[in-house]
Amino acid sequence: MFNKQTLDAVRSLLLFQADDHLIIGHRNSEWTGLGPILEEDIAFSSIAQDKIGHALGLYTILNENLGEAEPDTLAFMRNESDFTSCQLVELPIGEYDFSLVRHLFFDTAALIRFEDLATSSFDPVAKLARKVKGEIKYHVFHANTFIKQLGHGSEESKARLQSAINQNFGLALGMFESFEGEKLLIDQGIYKGEAAIREAWLGELQAVLLEADLKMPDAGKVEPVYGGRKGFHTEYLQPLLDEMTEVFRVDPAAEW
Amino acid sequence: MKIKSLDPRVSRLELDVVDKQPDAVLHVQDHWETYQVFHQRKRGEKHSSVGIVHAPSAEMALVFAKEQYGRRGETVNMWIVNTRDVLAMDYDDYDVFATTPDKMYRDPAGYKVNDKIAEFKKSNLHV
Repeated sequence: MFNKQTLDAVRSLLLFQADDHLIIGHRNSEWTGLGPILEEDIAFSSIAQDKIGHALGLYTILNENLGEAEPDTLAFMRNESDFTSCQLVELPIGEYDFSLVRHLFFDTAALIRFEDLATSSFDPVAKLARKVKGEIKYHVFHANTFIKQLGHGSEESKARLQSAINQNFGLALGMFESFEGEKLLIDQGIYKGEAAIREAWLGELQAVLLEADLKMPDAGKVEPVYGGRKGFHTEYLQPLLDEMTEVFRVDPAAEW
Repeated sequence: MKIKSLDPRVSRLELDVVDKQPDAVLHVQDHWETYQVFHQRKRGEKHSSVGIVHAPSAEMALVFAKEQYGRRGETVNMWIVNTRDVLAMDYDDYDVFATTPDKMYRDPAGYKVNDKIAEFKKSNLHV
């Protein structure tokens, strides 16, 4: 089996992915009731719900296989600086152009990560990754179809998408911040590592943007926004956590 | 005059009511077409019409239909058809069907053979 250092690295990997999913799931759920049209309101809300489900799946592995606290405790009782989510996911929902572009950035990466984890030598996460693959496939289909539609829409829709892409590209690259023990995971076939995920992500994204008639920013010229994986966050995460945990904190031991 | 939302988060939706007269002409992008959605529960079963979605393209309609009509129960496949492509009868022509209910001889229940079947079943009881 895996030694302690390796398991610590697995813990970091699963925790930052769980945190990413929890926070983006919460953010995207803020569109519920405010979506641009009824059909999209339902679709985007369902996707947000799926993200919370994926977070739960990852927290459950941390709890059952790696000795961490209960999923609810991990999600609702930690301090802001204990969260290792990237900064991209914590930003406010903004206008729909931003939320869609973030959804594209995030889910393109999520699909690549889960496809990789589906063949991981760490069984519990491989099982989870195979279970949720269809859900993520739909999330990516949703994002890509929207981006293509609006990329070929009006001058305004195209311009708004392009500026959202340009302005947030550094935050997107921040998703691929390296973490401690990453090399151990690569060596043992547990995970292929952030640099490889980033390369695959750049390729996928470029293909979608090309089809949508949008321009791919030059990744070499954009400074990634790192810090999230080490617990450094923007001013937006704490208020999100306050809101998300408000009900839970009234009675943490309540039976639901 | 602006319509203000009661939801504090919806500051961006200050709809302008002045230039949106009730009879204002809808432009293409204000007014999407509808797509008919057909849902298949199991492979080999027929696709059944389940309703419509509004969408700007067939592909977007599929994106919406997946959550709209496939979010519960079992689904293996979906079809999307632009409502424009459906050739529908005119309701004024319903009279072509008006005498159909009288044609009992087309209804299996009206077959005389039913009496013979009943007789056969009865006689078989004694075998």
